[in-house]
Amino acid sequence: MTAASLTHADVRTRWRWKWLLLRRTSQLAILALFLLGPWAGIWIVKGNLSSSLTLGVLPLTDPFLLLQVLASGHLPEATALVGVGIIVAFYLLVGGRVFCGWVCPVNLVTDGAAWLRDRLGLRARARPSRSTRYWLLAALLAASALTGMAVWEWVNPVSMLHRGLIFGFGFAWLVLLAVFLFDLLVTSRGWCSHVCPMGATYSLLGAASLLRVRADRRADCDDCMECFRVCPEPQVIQPALKGMEQGIGPVITGINCTNCGRCIDVCDQDVFRFGTRFHNTMEAS
Amino acid sequence: MTACGAALLGGFVTLYARGASALPAQALRPPGALDEETFLGACVRCGLCVRDCPYDTLALARLGEPVATGTPYFVARQVPCEMCEDIPCVKACPTGALDPELTDIDDARMGVAVLIDQQTCLNFLGLRCDVCYRVCPLIDEAISLELDHNKRTGMHTRFLPTVDADACTGCGKCEAACVLEVAAIKVLPTALAKGQLGSHYRLGWEEKEKAGESLIKGIIDLPDRMPNGGGVR
Ligand code: SF4
Ligand code: SF4
Ligand code: SF4
Repeated sequence: MTAASLTHADVRTRWRWKWLLLRRTSQLAILALFLLGPWAGIWIVKGNLSSSLTLGVLPLTDPFLLLQVLASGHLPEATALVGVGIIVAFYLLVGGRVFCGWVCPVNLVTDGAAWLRDRLGLRARARPSRSTRYWLLAALLAASALTGMAVWEWVNPVSMLHRGLIFGFGFAWLVLLAVFLFDLLVTSRGWCSHVCPMGATYSLLGAASLLRVRADRRADCDDCMECFRVCPEPQVIQPALKGMEQGIGPVITGINCTNCGRCIDVCDQDVFRFGTRFHNTMEAS
Repeated sequence: MTACGAALLGGFVTLYARGASALPAQALRPPGALDEETFLGACVRCGLCVRDCPYDTLALARLGEPVATGTPYFVARQVPCEMCEDIPCVKACPTGALDPELTDIDDARMGVAVLIDQQTCLNFLGLRCDVCYRVCPLIDEAISLELDHNKRTGMHTRFLPTVDADACTGCGKCEAACVLEVAAIKVLPTALAKGQLGSHYRLGWEEKEKAGESLIKGIIDLPDRMPNGGGVR
């Protein structure tokens, strides 16, 4: 059988799970590192995603948490500032929303809802704008400034899930259930792709981040639409994949791309690959 | 539309946060905690203070508990603060929500102990329990025993545990140790325990000391009649 005689069905048997599996491994491994202390007494990492200390030397602090603290009018100690610096530098390198796709535990919940939604064939009931998250981010920082409190931390499902697993839930699981049901019944990819202000903060880092998904072989695209179906932020694919005529380069520059690599996995024509944001020219594709 | 929705959501969250931020009287903050309002903006709820407390005194509030979700606190009657000399909880805090200026644990002010029930305190009943006094890390400074006539027997002395709010750190060891079923001495948040003089009040004897002499000159000091036929002084 020659390459030319391959039918679509034959090609579909290729392995489509590489990046998804790597991503799940990363999410679970990071969670395991945090849980090793409280569950097994092996203290490699202390704290939680809001702020942590690894091996007693490496401080890490979440940028959105720090923004809230700053907005509330408190200038934190150097440890938290260094921690944020390291995080910002790291995500500028690997892609802002890599946090969302590869680290955040809520992604497991919302991916689960998306999968079930797909299975049940549910239709969207509401379509809030994808820019809601940025307005919410601004509103919350204003509220923090007005009240002097880090207001989002009273409801933040990301902190609640991670802290809950490590320090105990209380009724925090209700908040997670609400997020799951919202994604399942109200809006497809509702939480992570429309509302979450923490993800929005990481998105902003994505505006300059180095590692990007590229549609370098977009000329081979056979319009199967699989990438649009699996992508949590399909609007970012459109210009890179279909912008050839308008003179748009092949790099997915949309800041909301989570670098999850699912499009790379599912594309039978190998259109996508990981690369840098440079050489975003027509010749590159 | 979107902006309005987001602002509305932000508003609801803020209202909820304000409603759910009152600290109940039993919950005490770790040593060095900034004043409550600032603390709720400065603390990132990471739990690093909780992890470095060698006595498992601290916990992060869970949703449903009456303390702002995720913030560190302790309940003195359950596990008091042991007042570590090196204050590991403060050292662990990355944000300064626990103030690194606190270097001497005796300067910590987590609350104030108040002997709140004189009807059940064994020493007030005339017995010699003394447990709160003995366990106090600042014995004879933060708690001392004041001698008092036992009117019931008419012939004994009562040793009344008395807290000096200026010296008490609020560690809660007294409350934890109280032998009663429900402690007669309790550590309360300072704002709850303390009164406050009117800002215009001046204490005559302090002003006199500052000025080196009486502020009103030429006052005639009349003799005081002492009680119980104690004569005139
Ligand atoms: S474009 Fe690809 S990598 Fe980016 S979020 Fe969508 S599926 Fe994931
Ligand atoms: S001073 Fe010591 S015992 Fe008290 S809260 Fe801090 S670490 Fe725990
Ligand atoms: S270490 Fe500091 S920021 Fe972290 S929970 Fe304790 S008080 Fe809050």
